[in-house]
Amino acid sequence: MIELYILLGIMIVGAIIAIEIKDLLSSIVAVGAVGLVLSITFLILKAPDVAITQLVVEILALIILIRATLKKDLPFSTSGRWYFNTLITISFVALFFIVGVKCFKDLPAFGYPIMNVAATYLKDGLAQTGATNIVTSVILDYRVFDTLGEATVLFTAVIGVLAIVRSIGRKKQNQKIEEEDE
Amino acid sequence: MSREREKGMSLIVKTITRLTVGLILLYGIYILSHGHISPGGGFAGGVIIALSFVHLMLAYGKETALKKLPKTVMSLFESSGAILFLGIALLGFTGGYFFLNFLPKGQPFRLFSAGIIPFCNIAISLKVGAGLFAIFVALVLLKYEKNKKD
Amino acid sequence: MIAYLMCIILFSLGLYCILRKRNIIKIIIGIIIAEYAINLFFILVGYRMEGRAPIHAPDQKIVNMVDPLPQAVVLTSIVIGLASIALLIAIAIRIYEKYGTFDITKIKELKG
Repeated sequence: MIELYILLGIMIVGAIIAIEIKDLLSSIVAVGAVGLVLSITFLILKAPDVAITQLVVEILALIILIRATLKKDLPFSTSGRWYFNTLITISFVALFFIVGVKCFKDLPAFGYPIMNVAATYLKDGLAQTGATNIVTSVILDYRVFDTLGEATVLFTAVIGVLAIVRSIGRKKQNQKIEEEDE
Repeated sequence: MSREREKGMSLIVKTITRLTVGLILLYGIYILSHGHISPGGGFAGGVIIALSFVHLMLAYGKETALKKLPKTVMSLFESSGAILFLGIALLGFTGGYFFLNFLPKGQPFRLFSAGIIPFCNIAISLKVGAGLFAIFVALVLLKYEKNKKD
Repeated sequence: MIAYLMCIILFSLGLYCILRKRNIIKIIIGIIIAEYAINLFFILVGYRMEGRAPIHAPDQKIVNMVDPLPQAVVLTSIVIGLASIALLIAIAIRIYEKYGTFDITKIKELKG
């Protein structure tokens, strides 16, 4: 599994670059690189459905992010309580990290999962649903309420975006011009 | 002629787009319709279909893409996807319970198999594709309005 | 075990970015990285040594398959993540229109 660790290392380096670089566009491109490497990682971990979805979703997210941030500058200021804020943040993240590492001993070892429910899906899935892709038979037959909830969340998100972006009626023109004059 | 060329990107991008956009749409339809026998499914297929229209919009400007898929048709697609999904679920009551796989299973490894799963895939892909393209169009139109004022 | 460790390092990087950075787009980038780490963690937990992808084939030799349940959960999670990121970006663009900046320390005056 040496290639998995190499890909994870590339993802960590890409994340550090995306966080610390000054230019916003370069930062977004670095996030896109992390997403593409994540897609290849899913492929190595034997999850082709998730890899395809991650790839196409990554492209769409990248286009939306670039559309939003094109020609915007990144304000950089070190004023205020810089050391204090950094100290608090790093100590909190370190605390989280230590607690997370302590939880590892309760997890199953890497490569040997507990498959109580999944064994049933794998054994009876083809006979009960007729779908040869077990992931599809899980999301659309055994756990289809999950997908129904996902459709609801997506619908709510679309309505939210349209409501935020919507320009308000007739008063919009005068109001906006006034605000820009201020 | 020259005004049309000003909208969107250059001539090379437009020509390549005209050649490839149909192939991308067809690939999305393939991914979604074969979701139950190979990797893929409704989510990936829907996002690829949305990406083909996004591709058209980036290359040709918003008028051409919105002429192909107006906003009313988009909202119709999304609502019909949701209603189709719920309708399939409600049809399960004919056999007993919600989301019952009431159609015959058919033979494995064939396209027409697995009962209601292909229809659910089509419903989800309609919903996901129309929803994500609506989000993209909303964000792009907002950007255009702001540019016009500057 | 090293894979879990690297995964949680990735999540910590995203958390640091969310907590420390002042630009709204940087905060959104931190949310994206944390989301990647969580999706990756689900798939890592479900991985099985010497397994094959959970798709039946007519002439399959290996009988061990990886866990299909985390993959199904992550598949819905990715699409929801894209929708929520679009919602965040719409809010960020509105904030930029109103205040002319992405810096969250400059947006202190709430003028209605």
